[in-house]
Amino acid sequence: MNEINPSGWRPALGAGSVPREIETFTGNRALQLEEALLFEIGAADRSGVDFDDVPDFDLSALGPNARKAAPDLPGLSEPETVRHYTRLSRQNYAIDLGVFPLGSCTMKHNPRLDEKVARMPGFADVHPLQPVQTVQGALSAINELAVWLVKLTGMHGVAMTPKAGAHGELCGLLCIRAALEAKGDPREVILVPESAHGTNPATAAFAGYRVENIPATADGRVDVAALTARLGPDVAGVMITNPNTCGLFERDLKVIADAVHAVGGYVYCDGANFNAIVGRVRPGDLGVDAMHINLHKTFSTPHGGGGPGSGPVVLSEALAPFGPLPFTSRQADGSIKLIEEEDAHLEHPQAFGRLCAFHGQMGMYTRALAYILSHGADGLRQVSGDAVLNANYVLRSLDDVLDAPFGPAGHCMHEALFSDDGFADGFSTLDLAKGLIDEGYHPMTVYFPLVVHGAMLIEPTETESKAGLDQFIGAMRSLAERAVAGDEMLKSAPHLAPRRRLDETLAARKPKLVYKDA
Amino acid sequence: MTRYFTKDHEWIAVEGSEATVGITHYAQSQLGDITFVEVPAIHATVGKGDSASVVDSVKAASDVYAPVSGTVTAVNAALEDQPELVNSEAEGEGWLWKMTLSDPAELAGLMDEAAYQTFVAEL
Amino acid sequence: MRYLPLTDADRSAMLAVIGAGSIDELFADVPEQARLTAPIAGLPNHASEMTVERHMARLSANNVAAGSVPFFLGAGAYRHHIPATVDHMIQRGEFLTAYTPYQPEIAQGTLQVLFEFQTQVARLFGTDIANASLYDGSTACWEAIAMAGRITRRNKAVLSGGLHPHYVETSRTMAKFTGDVLDISNPELVADPDDDAVIAKIDGETSCVVVQYPDVLGRIPDLAAIAAAAQAKGALLIAVVTEPVALGLLESPGSLGADIVVGEGQAIGVGLQFGGPYLGLFGCREKFVRQIPGRLCGETIDADGKRGFVLTLSTREQHIRREKATSNICTNSGLCALAFSVHMTLLGGAGLANMAKLSHLRAKQTAERLGKVPGVAVVNRHYFNEFAVTLPKDARQVVRNLADAQVLGGVSLGRLYPQVDTLSGGLLIAATECTTEDDIAALATALEEVLA
Repeated sequence: MNEINPSGWRPALGAGSVPREIETFTGNRALQLEEALLFEIGAADRSGVDFDDVPDFDLSALGPNARKAAPDLPGLSEPETVRHYTRLSRQNYAIDLGVFPLGSCTMKHNPRLDEKVARMPGFADVHPLQPVQTVQGALSAINELAVWLVKLTGMHGVAMTPKAGAHGELCGLLCIRAALEAKGDPREVILVPESAHGTNPATAAFAGYRVENIPATADGRVDVAALTARLGPDVAGVMITNPNTCGLFERDLKVIADAVHAVGGYVYCDGANFNAIVGRVRPGDLGVDAMHINLHKTFSTPHGGGGPGSGPVVLSEALAPFGPLPFTSRQADGSIKLIEEEDAHLEHPQAFGRLCAFHGQMGMYTRALAYILSHGADGLRQVSGDAVLNANYVLRSLDDVLDAPFGPAGHCMHEALFSDDGFADGFSTLDLAKGLIDEGYHPMTVYFPLVVHGAMLIEPTETESKAGLDQFIGAMRSLAERAVAGDEMLKSAPHLAPRRRLDETLAARKPKLVYKDA
Repeated sequence: MTRYFTKDHEWIAVEGSEATVGITHYAQSQLGDITFVEVPAIHATVGKGDSASVVDSVKAASDVYAPVSGTVTAVNAALEDQPELVNSEAEGEGWLWKMTLSDPAELAGLMDEAAYQTFVAEL
Repeated sequence: MRYLPLTDADRSAMLAVIGAGSIDELFADVPEQARLTAPIAGLPNHASEMTVERHMARLSANNVAAGSVPFFLGAGAYRHHIPATVDHMIQRGEFLTAYTPYQPEIAQGTLQVLFEFQTQVARLFGTDIANASLYDGSTACWEAIAMAGRITRRNKAVLSGGLHPHYVETSRTMAKFTGDVLDISNPELVADPDDDAVIAKIDGETSCVVVQYPDVLGRIPDLAAIAAAAQAKGALLIAVVTEPVALGLLESPGSLGADIVVGEGQAIGVGLQFGGPYLGLFGCREKFVRQIPGRLCGETIDADGKRGFVLTLSTREQHIRREKATSNICTNSGLCALAFSVHMTLLGGAGLANMAKLSHLRAKQTAERLGKVPGVAVVNRHYFNEFAVTLPKDARQVVRNLADAQVLGGVSLGRLYPQVDTLSGGLLIAATECTTEDDIAALATALEEVLA
């Protein structure tokens, strides 16, 4: 078998008795309100929408597949709907409520101006296939954002349409593949450091490459010697995250890039952590050929409980001609031209194709553009500076009570990494994380990166105040001491959340994915 | 019947030209609750070291490698409804597949029970 | 800077704890030649909220908003009325600013919404199960083709001519890299889709048949016949629904025998948004559960025995399986799924049927009126809320001329199929409950003038 349980993750419900709650008739606990499923409270003939009366008319134009009965979908009146979703919302943790130190995910404040802007009718209420003359403002917004992304990264061009980070990775690898095939030199191997995000090898495999892992050095960076030793005419490229998933800057990226270019390969940079260096380092200066930018991380479009994201890919001069359709180009008269299938053979003949319908994530572009314009070149530089400052502050405020494997080697970038070394027997990172929930915080990223045992990756972001961080640090110190001392109550945490630990084994053995009437 | 073990924590019990394969008690204890087992296709040919099956726990999906080369002759149908058999009886009712051996000499490279126990004790 | 809480005094105090002299010092690992010492030249500095809002409002004003003129575009994105409640609910900070629900104890809100969403999608599509959404309809369509390949262990997919050309192009891009073979054809401007031609292409090596329902010209294929033919050859039927409101009046693809049903959920709750973010819907038979791409939410219990929900079967996903994952997808389209779900909850089955009926009525009235315009012929025998007409001129130019007359008069087939001369006179017209009788009259009048 391969890699048994490499991370040390053992889901367990947790034992130990907790004081019984005061029982209530409803199951509610004051402001903590239970909410039934829609299917238990709704009815198919109830509705929260009024329509003009529809006269009876001939339905024969629908043909033989016309429905005999309305679909079996329960409805609710408007007040019931508002209450249903409001109650559910209150069972969620969110950035709006407090520190959300989820490493690698960049949970920073989402400016409300950006929400307002995205809802302006010229962006929200335009159809993707309207005549180009009627959407010049929307195309101009896309083009303006594209120009910012290119300048901030020191690259040559940008493919805007990828719908998320992983989609952007795919876009970048497809560009690499198209470029190599255009040279008549298709290659087989993509090198990926073992600390990479799981999406990297998944993407490379999907793009038809064989993935080979490159080890890390003891100080948490890519082993340059091992990487350069593996380079050769079969290597299409490398995928490197910088700053990497241990929260460290890959000092040797330029050296690596030069070596990869020397053997005819390309460098893909996973830009998930671009927020740590925006305004201070341009990946183009480090020899990067393609990098996706998670607009939902660096440029703070809301995560929305798991999407939608947006992952434009900036491209070097070598790869830009192969980027996907469509794209925008500003003409001499200031108007924006949209290059789609119709003109591609004239203006973009080497495009590898189309990644999705229409133009990508417009609603994310407008939010990101408003964020970028609000910060400006100086503000973005302060963003990365404060993000790195906050992370180092957390690192140095905790490294006496938690093991920081790369702490002695120097400063971190935007996230601080700790291990479970020193916890009492039987106590795990998971226990500390769940304890954090009772303290009113979302846990940090746990058991990632895999290269550190029981990893805890803390990314405070620049939008946390010092006072907010001090309280978080206090909670972390208290939990670290309890984990070292072996406080049994921690093993069954959380005790105060809407739910206690959930039985994931039951969910996976007998998947119940839809509601069925009893 | 002779039972052999691999460093990847598979066991193989050989009787004549046919063998039964599963994962070890140690492996199941490390994986935690098994939630699903993907068994190989009957009549599939597997080479020594090929991934022949996948065992899912809640947080990991682990490949199970064929300890030797041969052809799959039967799979444990009970695991479809009761993947937990791999937890409760890893080296018995929780077997994964049966196979014929194309090269019995490959068995020579595997561990016996005592050697495997020593190997595990050192992990 | 209004978004940055640290003061200079805070920064100094924190640097003292760290033992660094300045923020720049924290970037010592960056090679000096790559380290920028000042803000990037040629870019503006920070701006007030008012300034940014003014700039963006100016860009917004330089578009013709769909709601401001008679509007008849469809072709994969539809303008239905979205109740005010939907936008209010998705702007609740606890939904808007939450992450993927990896810590279920404090994410039951998002998780219960996903469970309800999955159930709504499954019931709408007539499938056993559904996932927690994918990026959009076009990527969901490709994921379905890839999944059919994994299930059947075949790699030949037949794409009907009625499949949206952007969906075809998206699948073609991906297939180039996976080695799947796609049989692709263009639609013809005739009254009924050529189901027999699709059926004739299915053979013993076909993994799946991909059929849009209603198709890109608004016609309604006979899914039951295609399903039976596919299944007889061991292939799967993938039905693609780009206008889910149609299922308020049409039988669900699952009930007609489709094995996998995917679609674009944008029409319900999400809005036009110039093409994104949208919402990929994905439903299928229960027996394929371990082959589904994307996230799944499942019911379980907590340590006290209370019902709760978790993301489940995550071992199929990229963060566990890495290069062996079923897909490289990492996010779903969570907030769009919430918008869809809230809108669907407000509608209920009866409300959806009403909205569908009104949309169909407006389309019928539009077709009847346009049929009287000299030179215009309605193509479809059957349709829901979208149909094709033929014009005596290149439809691309007609659409531009209509826009000059302040009418957004449909999608020309020339835009979608620039290389296909036989389609250049084709125009797609969609109507919804938002379409008024005045809009219909305005379109007819403008079209008469443009064609005169």
